[in-house]
Amino acid sequence: MVIGAGHAGLAASHFLSARSIDHVVLERGEVANSWRRERWDSLRLLTPNWQSRLPGQRYEGPDPDGYMTMGEVTQFIGRFAAASRAPVRTGTTVTSLRRTDDGYHVTTDQGDVGCRAVVIASGACNRPAVPPFAAAVPGSVEQLTPFDYRDPAKLPDGGVLVVGASATGVQLAAELQRSGRPVTLSVGEHVRLPRTYRGRDVLWWMDASGVWDQRYDELDDLTRARRLPSPQLVGTPERATLDLNALTAMGVELIGRWAAVRDGRALFSGGLRNMFSLADLKMRRLLDTFDDWAREQGPGDMAEVGPAERFAPTGVPASTRLQIDLASGEFRAIVWATGFRPDYRWLDVPVVDAKGQLRHEGGAVASPGLYALGLPVLRRRKSSFICGIEDDAREVIDHLTRHLAGGL
Amino acid sequence: MTTSTNGVNVQALLDAREALKGAPEAAQFTWRASAKWQSGVHSQIKVQSFFGLGAEQSHKEEWSFEADHPEVFAAEDNGITPIEYLIVGLASCLTGGIASVAENRGIKLHSVESVVEGGHDIRGILGADSDVRNGYNDIKVTFHIDADASREDIEALVAQSQKRSAVYDALTNPTNVIVEVA
Repeated sequence: MVIGAGHAGLAASHFLSARSIDHVVLERGEVANSWRRERWDSLRLLTPNWQSRLPGQRYEGPDPDGYMTMGEVTQFIGRFAAASRAPVRTGTTVTSLRRTDDGYHVTTDQGDVGCRAVVIASGACNRPAVPPFAAAVPGSVEQLTPFDYRDPAKLPDGGVLVVGASATGVQLAAELQRSGRPVTLSVGEHVRLPRTYRGRDVLWWMDASGVWDQRYDELDDLTRARRLPSPQLVGTPERATLDLNALTAMGVELIGRWAAVRDGRALFSGGLRNMFSLADLKMRRLLDTFDDWAREQGPGDMAEVGPAERFAPTGVPASTRLQIDLASGEFRAIVWATGFRPDYRWLDVPVVDAKGQLRHEGGAVASPGLYALGLPVLRRRKSSFICGIEDDAREVIDHLTRHLAGGL
Repeated sequence: MTTSTNGVNVQALLDAREALKGAPEAAQFTWRASAKWQSGVHSQIKVQSFFGLGAEQSHKEEWSFEADHPEVFAAEDNGITPIEYLIVGLASCLTGGIASVAENRGIKLHSVESVVEGGHDIRGILGADSDVRNGYNDIKVTFHIDADASREDIEALVAQSQKRSAVYDALTNPTNVIVEVA
């Protein structure tokens, strides 16, 4: 049994079919449902087209360096589902999963099923995470999560406070600022990356240099790696960098991490400068890794790559506000780009930790016959990217196959 | 870690981090200071006991601090001003953090010196201008560090020590403060 017909669940199905293991893929909506319904209109993949690979399928269109729109991603995944003849049952929502003597009992809104093993591929971003103090924001300010957001017209005219500086936060801040709404961006810890480095897409470097292949059991701090916010990247035809300096140049105001609401006033951290330092230092270290790797390659391999680059440090505003009066009317809307959490409320097996994350070892969940796919750094750094699923799915399904054969 | 680079027992800290992951109640500490008014704006503050690891704890001895205002404030200057205690705390917290992070990263420190400057517009506390806040407007810490490391690695030490500093957090983020009469 596979739960979820996104790229992860379908990749699991591909390898199960290859091993002639009888299975079904349960899907609450349609194939690639989250990509269809839980994304904003302008979103494109962060990975370039040539990197969009699924088992036995790669991008064959005319623009390998471009970035897929959500419609194109949906088609790409739909094509994979058709090609691999995945046995998908759409419109089937799992409401409970329980352990039985010889496997699992799955309850859905379309009836019950028993099975020996389950692959959870329901995604890592099922629910937007919003801090508890959102409840203290005055009612005159509209609040949205990325699930509510489609395009700027969805928001009232006037100032917008975007909270969070991951890929989501910087993309929405830029789009809203361009729509004529003055944007203030609240910035906590973030991951800064240039879109291109030495003439290549920065994700080419992640892939080619082996950073993306670093395994979960080789990392110093796996918990931290799994919690890392998505990098400040956007997929645009111009291949433009969208870091905080780019946002400042557009007129976006940067302020510290939102810490609390007191008497209708939002209070922000005064530690913004160190957030910049940490992100700048980490980016520089990553670029050093790329340069070191490039030096080890033959000169022929690197002939098309430009010279090493270093980018200006994140500019510190002359002064940053520590408080905002939320009732003043300056801000008409708040967009919470404060991350996402998986939703395991249907999972009646005690394998979820106090922070709501699945306890697993490289995709083998802490309950025999239960597996996960498509989570951040599940088995390697690239796990949550589309191109990262093939290696993970093959290895997880290998493990599952041994389990079914009684070897585990 | 068998040999210590800077005299920080970083293994004990790493062990504590692992142990407390599964025992959040033992990680709950309460720090205490007892103050007593002397005369004028002079007070004496004593610190000895605290609570942590599920039990009452104590410093090896009682530490005593004098707080007063300087003569330019028409006071007797029996000790530093209360707001100076904040930058004392910040400097020592960041310095200790740098030593710990350096230890963990195997970086030998030869000297770590810093100057902390807190910009303070006293019209706030005097009530001379209601638009001026009472506390610091900004605080600047300048480190001079001599270590067996590149400038970039030293900058990373300083950034990481801010990231894990209790006093830096207490100064940069709001804290709920309850003051009552018993």
